[in-house]
Amino acid sequence: MKDLAFGQYYPTKSFVHNMDARVKILTVIAYIVAVFMVKQFHFLGFLACFTFVFVATIFSRVPFLRVLKSMKAILFFIILSAVLQLFFNTEGKVILSFWKIKITDLGLLNAGFIIMRISLVVLGASLLTLTTSPVEIADGIESLMYPLKWIKFPVHEFALIMSIALRFIPTLLDETDRIIKAQKARGADFESGNIFKRAKALIPVLIPLLISSFRRADELADAMDSRCYAGSKVRTKYKKMKISWRDVIGVVVIASLITGVVFLNKFYWILAVA
Amino acid sequence: MQIDVKNLTFNYGQNSKATSSVALDNISLTINEGEFFGIIGHTGSGKSTFVQHLNGLIKLNKNSGEIKIGEFDLGDKNCDFKALRSKLGMVFQYPEYQLFAETVFEDVAFGIKNFMPTVTEEEKEKMVRTALETVGLNYERVKDMSPFELSGGQKRRVAIAGVIVTKPEVLVLDEPVAGLDPVGKRDFIALLKKLHASFVKTIILVSHDMDLVADNCTQVAVFAKGKIAKVGSPEEVFGDYEEIKNMGLDLPLTAYLKNQLEKQGVKIGGKLSVEEFINAVKSYGKGGKV
Repeated sequence: MKDLAFGQYYPTKSFVHNMDARVKILTVIAYIVAVFMVKQFHFLGFLACFTFVFVATIFSRVPFLRVLKSMKAILFFIILSAVLQLFFNTEGKVILSFWKIKITDLGLLNAGFIIMRISLVVLGASLLTLTTSPVEIADGIESLMYPLKWIKFPVHEFALIMSIALRFIPTLLDETDRIIKAQKARGADFESGNIFKRAKALIPVLIPLLISSFRRADELADAMDSRCYAGSKVRTKYKKMKISWRDVIGVVVIASLITGVVFLNKFYWILAVA
Repeated sequence: MQIDVKNLTFNYGQNSKATSSVALDNISLTINEGEFFGIIGHTGSGKSTFVQHLNGLIKLNKNSGEIKIGEFDLGDKNCDFKALRSKLGMVFQYPEYQLFAETVFEDVAFGIKNFMPTVTEEEKEKMVRTALETVGLNYERVKDMSPFELSGGQKRRVAIAGVIVTKPEVLVLDEPVAGLDPVGKRDFIALLKKLHASFVKTIILVSHDMDLVADNCTQVAVFAKGKIAKVGSPEEVFGDYEEIKNMGLDLPLTAYLKNQLEKQGVKIGGKLSVEEFINAVKSYGKGGKV
């Protein structure tokens, strides 16, 4: 169950850890845009993106295995999309055919392209959550959303909801695990039967889970009340966010990545000729 | 049913070296039928992990040793876990958090529905009635109530009724008295003794509470860092006071008093249950042995 929590914060001190959370969030968004900007089959663009994540991982001092592990959660999704591409793409030259299935060269290229695209996005996103604690991410998003205050959007409350949600993911996973075991001990069967039967079998898990979530929410609200929590107006931050030289370097690097990808998109034919 | 565990090994997070930690390290243990077996140990010593193996909630693999419970071989691929679970009931920590049904009746009957789908309505009602009355609840009054209307102690009783309703021969309880007040605790122990005297042949009790274990158990196993540090009667286990303290565990009150009295030159024999301890103290004065 615990493996589900993808990219859990890896506490250490590093160049990337010390960057400003806001800059990191914007950088990752820019990076994802860059990955999606890479034109079909321009694998060189992916190489550039991969180099970026690779270098960022080195500077984050997070073990490579740890970063790769975040892919496990969506491995099924990656394989599924690749298989769909592989089997249902009918364009291009047939290179392999058996039974009713024809695999074409274009299908193969497409599958590879999709695997790389999803993997790169997940790697980048998980590097953010690995190097930035949930509190920092929430603070960063709050700060980035600050302009929305002009239209009376409750930015602080929104950020609080988000950080509480993030905080309780592992707790809820533990709780789910425990309830599943308790019901299994009473003979509940989650593994057999058709999809409707299985969905129905989940009721004895979902109801206790829901109830315990309400109980936790109640307790948390009481705890916050008893410490005189009062929302955004009177609160100051323990850690003030500050832009440093690291962030400038980060922005320069991501800007050059995007420029590189745009350049490759425009002038790929030059490389093809050469 | 006799429980035989041989060379049981288990670690969480087997797939990655970074997070791998041994939860159970080569554990061998035999629990005979009729035992009131206590398992004590520090938090994280592997107690809960161990008992979760007993009804197949954590499955064995090739290298993790063997468990045999009565005629069930848990390492066997064809092992009927459902049948096993109906014979070996398990009460988890805070069992009241597993309640889900609309009425108390339905919640208690959940096990019957799963384990004995062929039972008639009449028999079902009889079984639920017996279970609820065994745990000390008024059947007529609570059967149509929502389990969430009940008090904490009552909820726990309903949850336990839901486990014993199919009359398991072995009952495993993980920290069953956590969060109960002293009266609730006393009532609960009385309930366990009542169960042990009727259809439940073996009770396995996981607990932090040394007094509870010393007072009721016939055999005790001490878990430390995934290994069994000691097995024996409460007197054998708590006999070596220094050793127990070195494991970071407390002594039961009776053992502590015995130890203190011994330091004053007063040696008292007998068992560690409160009743026998009191008798031993009383007879000490009369017997006049110094």
